[in-house]
Amino acid sequence: MKPFGYLRATSVEEAVRAAAGRPGARFLGGGTNLVDLMKLGVEAPPLLIDVTRLPLADIEELPDGGLRIGAMVRNSDLAAAVAVRERYPVLSQALLAGASGQLRNTATTGGNLLQRTRCLYFQDTTKPCNKRSPGTGCPARDGVHRDLAVLGHSAHCVATQPSDLAVALAALDAEVQLHGPDGERTVAVTDFHRLPGDRPEQDTVIRPGELLTAVRLPPAAPGARSRYRKARDRASFAFALASVAAVLEVRDGVVGRAALAFGGLAHRPWRARAAEEVLHGAPATEDTFARAADAELAAARPLRDNAFKVELARNLAVSVLTGLASPAADR
Amino acid sequence: MEPTSPPADGGGAAPAAESRSELVLHVNDVAYTVTVDHRTTVLDLLREHFGLTGAKKGCDHGQCGACTVLVDGRRANSCLLLAVAQDGRRLTTVEGLAEGERLHPLQEAFLDRDAFQCGYCTPGQLCSAAGVLAEAADGFPSHVTPATADPTAPVALTADEIRERMSGNLCRCGAYPRIVEAVADAGARPGGTARSAGQEVAR
Repeated sequence: MKPFGYLRATSVEEAVRAAAGRPGARFLGGGTNLVDLMKLGVEAPPLLIDVTRLPLADIEELPDGGLRIGAMVRNSDLAAAVAVRERYPVLSQALLAGASGQLRNTATTGGNLLQRTRCLYFQDTTKPCNKRSPGTGCPARDGVHRDLAVLGHSAHCVATQPSDLAVALAALDAEVQLHGPDGERTVAVTDFHRLPGDRPEQDTVIRPGELLTAVRLPPAAPGARSRYRKARDRASFAFALASVAAVLEVRDGVVGRAALAFGGLAHRPWRARAAEEVLHGAPATEDTFARAADAELAAARPLRDNAFKVELARNLAVSVLTGLASPAADR
Repeated sequence: MEPTSPPADGGGAAPAAESRSELVLHVNDVAYTVTVDHRTTVLDLLREHFGLTGAKKGCDHGQCGACTVLVDGRRANSCLLLAVAQDGRRLTTVEGLAEGERLHPLQEAFLDRDAFQCGYCTPGQLCSAAGVLAEAADGFPSHVTPATADPTAPVALTADEIRERMSGNLCRCGAYPRIVEAVADAGARPGGTARSAGQEVAR
């Protein structure tokens, strides 16, 4: 690890100012990903700006009935918050499906959304990687890519965004609040993470020096149920091969509100708009759910060794939606 | 403001290039003032500076759990924590679980159940289990907690709950069945949770 300076920020403004004055500086949250990447040599910031003591660790009720989640709220606290468990179960479930108890106690809301891909080549500085060193190539495309993208990838990058939280937030129409040198702005979570295109080094639309300060959840849809389900290689403490976050409202056997997002399939949480178009106003049957999943996954372009993820994602979506549509038979 | 590495008392600006800071850490209930290279992890500080070699460096990447300690009563992977960022925090290691000669209920349960073979992962297992008992008592859900559970009530530590909650601690000897039994035993003992983490888990 290269030596670095350390600043414990006492205000958002101070943190943002310090970042603006030091190119390459990084904000330090829980550090569960950043410190690891520094050990691996993937990250070598000249300065760490510790934002964990900023007053961003609260979950607040919003006047419109939504929630504002401070960026420094720990993953375990967010998953346990009564308001989240009761009104946004998909969010609590997504968090609890990720990492380990130790990591969830440390990792923050903002850091979770900004975590980097776990693509093996990205994490190995002896290998080329367009995300880590633009222009060096992507060995994953023809190499080890069983865990990697089937949707939205490019010739330059086939990485996946590993966050479970981001998938639930995408289905919930959440927004992130960013505070930068030019002031504050709000970005929908579905627009926050990018597809790799020809700039895979850019995971998100965050600008240099911007600090993610909060996530805003709109009011929970009345009458809707929600669920997160994740398929992985072992029962616990593993990244998703595929995951599904769903919010579903059924009235008189017909789908009302429906929001669906996939995780583990792309460089960003994949909001399934084509599937939602099929779902809206259709009978809430397994046949509808299968047609919806197929409509979305028709866009999949699997690599040599990861075509199984397409069927996995389809089956997850159908089973989650079917369960949500029939509360009596569910659980 | 210039990026600085302020000492623990908050005074005095240092040049941005400064790579060391002074901080106060409470280690097993004793306060220490130490100066650390910013690159130092809590794990390395405990082992190399304090001589507390209970916490182990297994993978050094947060994947094995052998380095687990309690920070302000909550379990964390000490290999991923930069010491400089823990100024003022209370660290509890496996060496701080017992009260004098009286073992922590989890330590007794691990002995009673023979819940280890080589012992390398055991300090991390014990600290993690201490965190688990406190988290369950405080109603923190897990991936296997039923969605219908009362979000304000303690969670009963079934074998499934223990397996899920302890999944961040690997045991290459495969002592898992006995570890699950030992954690269940300790959770069922009076006082098993009360002293487990030393600190109330914030909610």
